[in-house]
Amino acid sequence: MGARAAERRGWRYRGNVAARVLAGSLGAYGVAACLAMAVARLGGGGRIDGVIAGTLCAYLVVPAVAVWAFLARGPWRAWGGVAVLAAVFAALAWMIGPPAR
Amino acid sequence: MSAIREGTRQVMAWLHGWTGLALGWVLFVMCLAGTMSVFKPEISRWMRPEATASAGRVEAIAAATNWLATNAPKSTGWYLTAPDDRANNVEATYDTGGDYVARALDPVSGAPVARETLGGEFFYRLHFELELPYPWGRWLASIAALTMLTALVTGIIAHRRIFRDFFTFRPSKGQRSWLDGHNALGVLAMPFHLMITFSGLLTLASLNMPWGIVANYGNDLAAAYHDLTPGAVDRPAAGRPATLAPIAPMLREAERRFGGASFSRVSIANPGDAASVVTVYRSDAAQIGATVAEVSFDGPSGRVIGAWAETRPAVGTYAVIYGLHMGRFANGVLRWLYFLGGAMLTLAVASGMILWVVKRRERAPLSFGNGIVERLNVGILAGVPIGFAAFLCANRLLPPGLIDRAQLEVTIALDAAGIALLVALAVAPRLGWPLLLGVLALLCLAAPIVGNGLTYLAQALARGDFVLPVTDALLVAVAVAALVGVRTVTRRRSDTRRTMRGRAMA
Repeated sequence: MGARAAERRGWRYRGNVAARVLAGSLGAYGVAACLAMAVARLGGGGRIDGVIAGTLCAYLVVPAVAVWAFLARGPWRAWGGVAVLAAVFAALAWMIGPPAR
Repeated sequence: MSAIREGTRQVMAWLHGWTGLALGWVLFVMCLAGTMSVFKPEISRWMRPEATASAGRVEAIAAATNWLATNAPKSTGWYLTAPDDRANNVEATYDTGGDYVARALDPVSGAPVARETLGGEFFYRLHFELELPYPWGRWLASIAALTMLTALVTGIIAHRRIFRDFFTFRPSKGQRSWLDGHNALGVLAMPFHLMITFSGLLTLASLNMPWGIVANYGNDLAAAYHDLTPGAVDRPAAGRPATLAPIAPMLREAERRFGGASFSRVSIANPGDAASVVTVYRSDAAQIGATVAEVSFDGPSGRVIGAWAETRPAVGTYAVIYGLHMGRFANGVLRWLYFLGGAMLTLAVASGMILWVVKRRERAPLSFGNGIVERLNVGILAGVPIGFAAFLCANRLLPPGLIDRAQLEVTIALDAAGIALLVALAVAPRLGWPLLLGVLALLCLAAPIVGNGLTYLAQALARGDFVLPVTDALLVAVAVAALVGVRTVTRRRSDTRRTMRGRAMA
């Protein structure tokens, strides 16, 4: 127990927690923002229909990414997952491009 | 090893605790104020006990516009909410050449009622603006709601036995009892908790998640707004004065176009101008979705210049989720279930905050930081209700007709909560809890009585109006609950003292 408590006080542990907190908060929001943009442009129907679908999806992905950020095997993996997801969604949004009109 | 804790459940429990601690106090304020907002019109009625006149919605709006035409003719807009089976006054927001003011207008005379107060609107605004300037309050509320969503999800994953917790309560066992209570409050109303958090985020979507709009509209916010409500008629002022045509025929025409459904809100843009626009909105009290249906009229002539009823599925989905949060469709038992769900969420947040401290105190003496957490718990969990109760007492004690009366009520509420918080930080929690809970009980017992309260009670009973008596009864119930809290805290203390004395003698 003593060894583990000591482990939890070290700078390595604090850095680990800080990295995951950032990944689970700002990172999760970033993924959500990219997903909102991708779905908004993917969404059929009018421009506003996509916006609504994208916004609804975005809220669902925030807790999912937050949980992932803390369950990933290490902080690098946590940030890796966040970066890959954000990149995929951003690329998708970029490839589709803004709707006509 | 770079996991934060061994095992998925342990990590989730850790995250649940810290997310809860990070914004628990903000969430407590939001949940409590939101729960009270379920009865926003009823609170407004309790807070205007003399203003009992009633009139039909068409007559009331006509009276209001007549009064406004003489008293706020140069306004840029009158925004009126008609009375219905819950509210008897017209709720009006308008300007008289400066800032916008919010007033309750008498449905017969059209003039503002004497006892100027925000009424239930105070709790409603506090729920998502937190008495902070725009947009910071809404931002903080959004961040708190996103954190709550994560706290709910991690709370569920951390759970071993959801079903068994339905039936588990081990009273008087310290940490065990708080944990059982917290779990039961969270688990029993879990669908409500998830729904209300998710839908609450959506109500502030244009602020907290504008990225879909950015992707599809770029900087053109006006285009996005137009696509969301294509029926809105936006016409600049002509700069020439004109008088409004009688409004009652417009209201009746709008209701005819709504297929007989009643209107609830009326907005009049540039009312004294030749290009004034009267827009009448359908009430959403008879349907879950807050879907828009509106008819716009040319003000001076009363001719229809626009009509729109929302039927698009995506916008309809948004409107249903929005409507689920507002709960305006809920009547009777369902409204009380909204109240119960909100109360359970509030208590889940409060018990979670207490659990944070209790759990750590049973392991070892509290660290300095956790000592502060314990005192903040006393200051917020008892202090915020004290502020609310002081608000209600101020409403009864401040004389009607006082200048800036409504703002003074709010100031008293905030000051009372602030003083309670300072007291809680200054004294030890074992004194702070009974002291502040005792003050809360006193204020809740005073609110129905002070300032002619009993006369209003007798008058309401004579009219057969149950809003005021039921509110009084709820206040007494809160007082009793607070007194039970006082007794529990003080008895536990004398118990420990007795045990310690017993040990010393042995």
